Amino acid sequence: MNPVTPAIEPRLEATRNACKLCTPLGACLVFRGIRGAMPFLHGSQGCATYIRRYVISHFREPMDIASSNFSEGTAVFGGGENLTRGLDNVIRQYHPELIGIATTCLSETIGEDVPGMLRAYATARAGSPDLPALVHVSTASYRGTHMHGFHDAVRATVAALACQGATLPRQINLLPGLVSPADLRHLREIVAAFGLQAVVLPDYADTLDGPAWDDYQALPDGGTSCSEIATMGQSLATVQFGRALALTAESAADRLQATCAVPACKLGLPIGLRETDALFDCLARLSRQAPPEPFVKERGRLVDAYVDGHKYLAGKRAVLYGEEDLVVGLAAFLTETGIVPVLAASGGKSGVLRQTLTEAAPETASKTQVVDDADFVQIEAAAKALQPDLVIGHSKGAKLARALDIPLVRAGFPIHDRFGGQRLHHLGYRGTQELYDRIVNALLEKTQTESDIGYSYM
Amino acid sequence: MKNQEAPQGEALREKVLAGYPAKLAKKRAPQLVVNHTHADGQVPPVKANVRTTPGIITQRGCCYAGCKGVVLGPTRDIVNLVHGPIGCSFYAWLTRRNQTRPPTAQDENFMTYCFSTDMQDENIVFGGEKKLRAAVQEAYDLFHPKAIGIFSTCPVGLIGDDVHAVAKEMKEKLGINIFGFSCEGYKGVSQSAGHHIANNQLFKHVIGLDDQAPEGKFKITMLGEYNIGGDAFVLEELLARCGFTLVATLSGNSTINQFERAHTADLNVVMCHRSINYVADMIEKKYGVPWFKVNFIGAKSTAKSLRKMAAFFDDAELAARVEQVIAEELAKVEAVAARIKPRCTGKTAMLFVGGSRAHHYQDLFAEIGMKTIAAGYEFAHRDDYEGRRVLSSITVDADSRNIEELEVEKDPKRYRKILSDEKRQKLASVNFEFNDYQGMMPQMDDETLVIDDINEQDTQRLLELCKPDIFCAGIKEKYSVQKHGIPCKQLHSYDYGGPYAGFQGAINFYQEIDRLINTRIWSFIEPPWEVAASPTLEATYERG
Ligand code: SF4
Ligand code: SF4
Repeated sequence: MNPVTPAIEPRLEATRNACKLCTPLGACLVFRGIRGAMPFLHGSQGCATYIRRYVISHFREPMDIASSNFSEGTAVFGGGENLTRGLDNVIRQYHPELIGIATTCLSETIGEDVPGMLRAYATARAGSPDLPALVHVSTASYRGTHMHGFHDAVRATVAALACQGATLPRQINLLPGLVSPADLRHLREIVAAFGLQAVVLPDYADTLDGPAWDDYQALPDGGTSCSEIATMGQSLATVQFGRALALTAESAADRLQATCAVPACKLGLPIGLRETDALFDCLARLSRQAPPEPFVKERGRLVDAYVDGHKYLAGKRAVLYGEEDLVVGLAAFLTETGIVPVLAASGGKSGVLRQTLTEAAPETASKTQVVDDADFVQIEAAAKALQPDLVIGHSKGAKLARALDIPLVRAGFPIHDRFGGQRLHHLGYRGTQELYDRIVNALLEKTQTESDIGYSYM
Repeated sequence: MKNQEAPQGEALREKVLAGYPAKLAKKRAPQLVVNHTHADGQVPPVKANVRTTPGIITQRGCCYAGCKGVVLGPTRDIVNLVHGPIGCSFYAWLTRRNQTRPPTAQDENFMTYCFSTDMQDENIVFGGEKKLRAAVQEAYDLFHPKAIGIFSTCPVGLIGDDVHAVAKEMKEKLGINIFGFSCEGYKGVSQSAGHHIANNQLFKHVIGLDDQAPEGKFKITMLGEYNIGGDAFVLEELLARCGFTLVATLSGNSTINQFERAHTADLNVVMCHRSINYVADMIEKKYGVPWFKVNFIGAKSTAKSLRKMAAFFDDAELAARVEQVIAEELAKVEAVAARIKPRCTGKTAMLFVGGSRAHHYQDLFAEIGMKTIAAGYEFAHRDDYEGRRVLSSITVDADSRNIEELEVEKDPKRYRKILSDEKRQKLASVNFEFNDYQGMMPQMDDETLVIDDINEQDTQRLLELCKPDIFCAGIKEKYSVQKHGIPCKQLHSYDYGGPYAGFQGAINFYQEIDRLINTRIWSFIEPPWEVAASPTLEATYERG
C-alpha cells in the first residue's frame, strides 16, 4: 500500500510538546565551551536553574549558570543593581576569564539596556586585574529557539574578542554548531591530521564530558581560551557547519569575514559521505595536503558498510526531527543509504528547511514532507499517516516512536532516556559509520524480537 | 578517603563562611547555624526564606516551578497550560518524574503533555490574552477536560495580561472549571512561593466543590505527598491494608475530583510541612478537619505515623489491623537492615534538598547506623527548621509580602465538629499533638551544621572539609559532588529510582545507599602509576 501524503495539521495557537528549547540554553552551552568562562543569565533565577538541570540531564556533568536573580521589585525598577552585584560576586568567587551574559525573557521584556550596563560596569572597574571579558548576547525566547541563542552567542563572542592581525597560515576557525563532545574531539582530530590548528568555538568536549577531579575546579578544565579566540581574526579561514545557518543569519563566520577578512567556508553538518567529503575537501584545500590515509580508509569502510547494509535499509522510511541543521544533515546521509526521509520536522522556523533539504538530499527531497515550526503533536499526526519504519532524533521523540511501535535511533540533544548521549558520534566518516551501524541494528533488533522463531543470523 | 580531622561545629561553620568576602559573609552568617537543642526543645534561629544574592549559584528554582511543577504537576486530569515563552514549559515537561496511575487506559492523563502558549514577539508587544484565550479553547476542543489551569511565567505579569480574567471568561463560556495562577518566576524567593500560590488557588477554586465523600471508614486526606518514584502507590496500598480510606492526596497520583472532595475526610495528615501546612490550617478553619504531621519516610516513622492515625480514630479493630501490618512489614524491613547496617554504620551523610526531605530522610540513614552531620533546605522557612513554635515570630520581608494569605472563615453549612471536646481532652492527656511540627533541628545532634539555601561554593567547601560518605541533593549538584569521589543521591527525582516511602520504600533505600557507599568504583579513580608507592611499575621500566 502506498501511504498517502498527509496534509499537515494546522499549527494551533498552543504549542503542545515543543520540539525546540529556549534561547538562553543555547547561549549557555556556548559559554561553557570557553575556557574559564561562567555563563550568566540576566533575569530570574528560575531560568538558570531549569537550564542547568536540563543540560545536566543530557551531559551528566556539572553545569553552573549564575543569575542576577530578579525580585518583583527588580522586575519593576530594573536590574542594573542586580547585574552589578551578580557580576561582582561571580568574579570574587570564581575568578573567571570571561562572563557570558545572556538575557532571559524577563529582562528582555523590560527592555533592559544590558550593553549599556556592562559598559558602565567595565568602566567603573577599569584597571582591576580581576576584570574578565564580558560578552553579552540578547536571547529573548519569544524570538527564536535554542539554536538562535547558540549561534548568536558564538557571534557575540567573536565580535567581542577576535582581533585583526597577521594571518596565521596553519590556523583555521571551526564553528561546529551544537554537536556532541565526542564529535568535537573527533573534529579536532581530523583537523590536526591535516596539520592544521583549529580554534573551535565553542569547545565543550572536556567541560561537558570530563574525568573525575583531583582537586576542586571552580570552573571546569577545558574549552577554547579567550586568547585563542582573540586570534580568530588571523585564521586562514572559518569553517562553519549548518546549511540553514548559512542562509539565515549573520553568523560568526560572516562577521569574521566582514571585519577581519577571514574567508568563510560554509558547509553542511558533515554527516554522511557527501557532506563529510565536502569537509575533507575543504580541509585539503586549506592545508594543501591530501586527506590523511586513516580517514580515507574510514571513508572506504563506510562505503563498504553502505553496500553490506543496503539490503536492510533500502526503501525504509524515516521520520526526522530536531534542529534544522541536524535534520538536513541526517537527511543528506540517509538518502545515500537507501532510506527515504519521509518526514523532516523542526521546531525552528527559519523558512529554509525545504530549500536546504533539497540541496543536501536532492534524490529524496521530493518524497520528504517538511514541517517547520512543528510541535510533537503535529509530528506524531503526520508520522502516523506516513507509515515510517524508524525515527531518528532526541529523547523527546520516545513517545512518538512508541505510539508508532517503531525504533527510535537517538541522535542530537537532548538525550536523557539513554546513557552516553554526550559520547555519541554523528560527524565525519567515523561518526556516520557509528550512526549507520546503530540504524541497521535498530531495524534488525525489531525484526528479531518480532520473530517467533528466534533467528540468530539476520 | 575519609577526612579524620574534619572540622566540626563552629570551626566548620567558620571555615565555610571564610570562603566569602566579608560583606557577603556577614549577610550569609545567619543562614549557617551550629545546631544545639536546649532542654526545652528550643534551637538557635536560622535565617530562611530570604532571597539568594545575585551571582550566587543557588539550588533554588522559581515560583512557577513550585506552582506548576510541584503542586499541580502530579494531577493527571487537569490540563496545565503554561502562558509564556516556550522554555519554562519545556523544562517542566515531566521532569519531576511524579508518577500517576489512571485506573484504566481510557482515563484521562495529560501529564505527558506540555502545553504552552509559546509567546512570540508580537504577544510580548501587544499582549498575549488573545492567544491565551485561543489556546484554552483549543485545549478544550481537543480533550474536553474537567479543568484547565493557566500558569503565568515571568513576562506575563509585566505585559499586563490578566490570566484570571481570561480564566473566568473561558470558564463561563466552556462550562468547565478554569483557574489561573499568578506564579511569575520572580515572585517570592523560591519554589515555596509557588506552592503557596498553587494551594491558595486550589483552596479557592477547587477544594469543597464536591461534598460526596467516598465510601469507607476512617477517612483521611494526605497533604504534601507528590508521588515521586511511586511513593504514593506504596502509601495508598499501605493505608488500604491498614483499613484507612484515602479521600484525596494533595497531590501525588491525584485527580481533580479528589481535590474537590478533600474536605470530606475526618483527618488530614501532612507529609511535607513546607509546601502545604497552610492548606491544612485553612481546611481546618473552614471545614473543621483536624490535622497533624506524619512522616512515611523511614520504617520507624511510618509505624509511628500509622499508630498515631489509628489512635486518632480510636477503634480497636483498626488499631489491631495497623499493628498486624506493622509487625509483618517491620519483620521484612529488619531482615534487610540487619544485613546492611554493619556495612553502613558510622558513615556520614549530608542532606541539602527541598523543604522537608532533608529532614525526613535522616530517619532512613539513622536506621542503617549512619550519622547526619550537616543538613539544610533549599526553600523551607524557619518553622521547618525550628518547629511551629517560632511561627509567630517570623518576620515577612518584601519578597514574601505579596504572596497572598487567604482570609478563611468557618463554612456555616459544612463545618463539622469532628472531634468532641471530650475526646480532644482525652487525647491531649496522652500528649497527642495536633497542628504540630517540631522541625528538623530538634532531631539533629548538637554540633551538626545547618545551612539554609546552600549554594555551589558552600557545597564544595563542605565536601572538601568533611568528605562525607554520601551527599543528598538534586541533579544540579549530583555530578559535581561525584567528581570528588563522593556519591550523591538525588532526593528530588530519586535518580529515577524509588519508591522510598513506607516499609517497602525503606528497604529500597537501604539497598540503594549500600550500593552507593560500598561500590568499589571509587577505588579506581586513581590510576596505579599515580599511587605514590608503586614499585612494580618502576621496576618493570628499569629492567625494560
Ligand atoms: S522565561 Fe524565557 S528564558 Fe526563561 S525559561 Fe522561560 S523561555 Fe527560557
Ligand atoms: S521565566 Fe520566570 S517562570 Fe520561567 S523559568 Fe524563568 S523564572 Fe521561572
